[in-house]
Amino acid sequence: MSKKIKIDPITRIEGHMAVEAVIDDGVVKEAKSAGTLFRGFEIILRGRDPRDANQLTQRICGVCPIAHATASAFCIEDAFGLTDKIPNNAKLIRALIFGSNFLQSHILHFYHLAALDYVDAAGVVGDLAPFVPRYEGDYRVSGETNAELVKHYLRALDIRRKCQEMLSIFGGKMPHNVGIVPGGVTEKPTEDKITNFLWRLNEIRDFVDNIYIPDVIAVAKAYGDYFEIGKGCKRLLAYGGFDLPVGKLFKAGVISPDLKVEPFTKQNITEDLKHSWYSDSDSGKSPALSDTKPEPKKSGAYSFLKSPRYDGQVCELGPLARMVSNYVQGDAKAKELVDSALGELGAGIDALYSVLGRHAARALEAKLVADAMVDWLQALKPAEPVIIESPIPETGEGAGLTEAPRGAVGHWTTVKDKKIERYQVITPTAWNASPKDDRDQPGAVEQAIIGTKVKDRNNPFELVRIVRAFDPCLACSVHLLDAGRNELGVFRVV
Amino acid sequence: VIWLQGAGCTGCSVSILNAVSPRIQNLLLDELVPGQQLNLIFHATIMAGQGEPVIEVLKDAEKNRKGGYILVVEGAIPTAEGGLYGSIGEKDGKHITIQQSVEELGKNALLTLALGTCAAYGGIPAAKPNPTLCKGVKTIFNEKGIKTAVVNIPGCPPHPEWFTGTISVILFSGLEALDLDGLGRPKLIYGRLIHENCPRRADFDKGKFAQVLGDPGCLYKLGCRGHYTYADCPLRQWNNGVNWCVKAGSPCLGCVEPEFPDGTSPIYEKITFEDLK
Repeated sequence: MSKKIKIDPITRIEGHMAVEAVIDDGVVKEAKSAGTLFRGFEIILRGRDPRDANQLTQRICGVCPIAHATASAFCIEDAFGLTDKIPNNAKLIRALIFGSNFLQSHILHFYHLAALDYVDAAGVVGDLAPFVPRYEGDYRVSGETNAELVKHYLRALDIRRKCQEMLSIFGGKMPHNVGIVPGGVTEKPTEDKITNFLWRLNEIRDFVDNIYIPDVIAVAKAYGDYFEIGKGCKRLLAYGGFDLPVGKLFKAGVISPDLKVEPFTKQNITEDLKHSWYSDSDSGKSPALSDTKPEPKKSGAYSFLKSPRYDGQVCELGPLARMVSNYVQGDAKAKELVDSALGELGAGIDALYSVLGRHAARALEAKLVADAMVDWLQALKPAEPVIIESPIPETGEGAGLTEAPRGAVGHWTTVKDKKIERYQVITPTAWNASPKDDRDQPGAVEQAIIGTKVKDRNNPFELVRIVRAFDPCLACSVHLLDAGRNELGVFRVV
Repeated sequence: VIWLQGAGCTGCSVSILNAVSPRIQNLLLDELVPGQQLNLIFHATIMAGQGEPVIEVLKDAEKNRKGGYILVVEGAIPTAEGGLYGSIGEKDGKHITIQQSVEELGKNALLTLALGTCAAYGGIPAAKPNPTLCKGVKTIFNEKGIKTAVVNIPGCPPHPEWFTGTISVILFSGLEALDLDGLGRPKLIYGRLIHENCPRRADFDKGKFAQVLGDPGCLYKLGCRGHYTYADCPLRQWNNGVNWCVKAGSPCLGCVEPEFPDGTSPIYEKITFEDLK
């Protein structure tokens, strides 16, 4: 007999989310994920000064505001015709600000959002809120290692804070930095700031190398079956990210399940709407052209997320996609990191497509970024400019694509009469947590859940571990307005 | 302490995680002031549990801890369509809206802290055209006749010490010791204009103005809102004293004010006398 498990709220993620799974004979047959909060950012942006999009879109998400600051700056600069005029210092400082945000986000994700699914915190600090209540029955790390991991949970709180402090050297403040602006950055890279940044970075790199990566491996050794759980769609997508004077740190690419790379072009992105509460008339359109027309009573729909697709295909985004993309495109550093971690775990590259593989890719990526930041600091030229001024054009069109900690993010805009005429955002979680598309292909998280064996229906560890491994960010994804909706989240189980 | 997240971005929570003295670890695990310890029983971003058991925690507090908890609200409260734009979870197959939980938990709370500009005044989700009819906590309480005291701690996000400082006054000296301004903010923190304490004030007095972002000089011509914004950023500074907006070469955005963001934008355009009224 099939039974329904509904987990609402999914906690320890960014934003408001619910997951529902239909279980038959202990195996998930159907899965649905949904966001439960709507703010209407794209509507709020209409008619405003285009430069303000940079500050306003950061407020989509307090965990990775720099992703939106960066995408928005690229998008506005494209519309203003500034893209090839941005000073090298500005590119490097933006990358340093963004790198700091990556590190704080990845460390926060593993220790403070995900780890409580694996580590028995209450066993160390006692039955104290907020560590109880929780799911019971599958905490496998033993006494001393467990106590050590709890200690690192607390230490990681300091380290993630220090990432924010490092960020604010060039970003001014965090969350919601003021340093990244259309045209460049506001802070000059003086020598004192460079040295100050470097030594903060060194402490964080030490933590990543000697605590974060070993902890992920320790958890992986205790939960080896999670290299088999949550495989997902195996088609990976990266827009490419960290735009430096010498090119991108993360290579763009579309990776097929048999590890073949195709070049990425943004024109191949479309959004399906069959299972989303929006009018079908816009289904299958590019974000540069599509509109948001809510139809809350549309039958067969079950999500406020649209279904972004690449060439009609479901894709997974995020650290796994980026590490594999760099790996198969011959990036030496990515290859060395991935091969050495897989060697230690005695696993092949296929093991990356799993709950633990996603955590491992995220940790290795933290090292890749942190190490590269040292080079970016050294490339700064204190006496050279950091910003280019430009008037607001009468009209313009722009797109800004980059990589957020959770995966690729894109902003699209049109400017008319010096004001924002339209603004569209596609977030990584919109891809990963999307509903089924026009061809009824389930989204990436849904595919990762379907087929999973759930041992204990009352403590469905498997489901929350799969969902959290994607590092979902719902505030980012469900930012679209639904004007007339009046029955929120009534799910029909087939 | 029960911490509810409404229509927001989690940025206030992330900012509180940046607290230095006390650190977040102290807030969670230790006596914050001798003899008094906070007990955070509900916070969706950090608590271990999920699903119906954590909703049970809220229901239990509402029933059995009347007047015995502090409610912290982060994010605005969407009120369009009866609150259906935002839900915090599900109980017995029914969604619990943000509006419903703020009202129900607010009624029986000892005190409500509206943390961040969204919770205090509506903030960004309430910006024109306010698509989900977002409101601040005090407005909701007034409409529903809820008498629980509301202390506003605005900011986008608020500085972590604005939160720990306000809590400290309450724990040391009691709620009645909190001296609030006309906008419900503690004067201890929001008592002075940014402009009064700004390190670029001397440039303003001498008429030395930055013409483009990144220039030295007063940022008045680039849209600085420090002339009508009440907060202690220039003295306290941000992220463990590393930097703050104006020091970093950005105009003050006026993010603690009820007019943020509609009345404080376009961000990079000079303010007018109309703005000062």
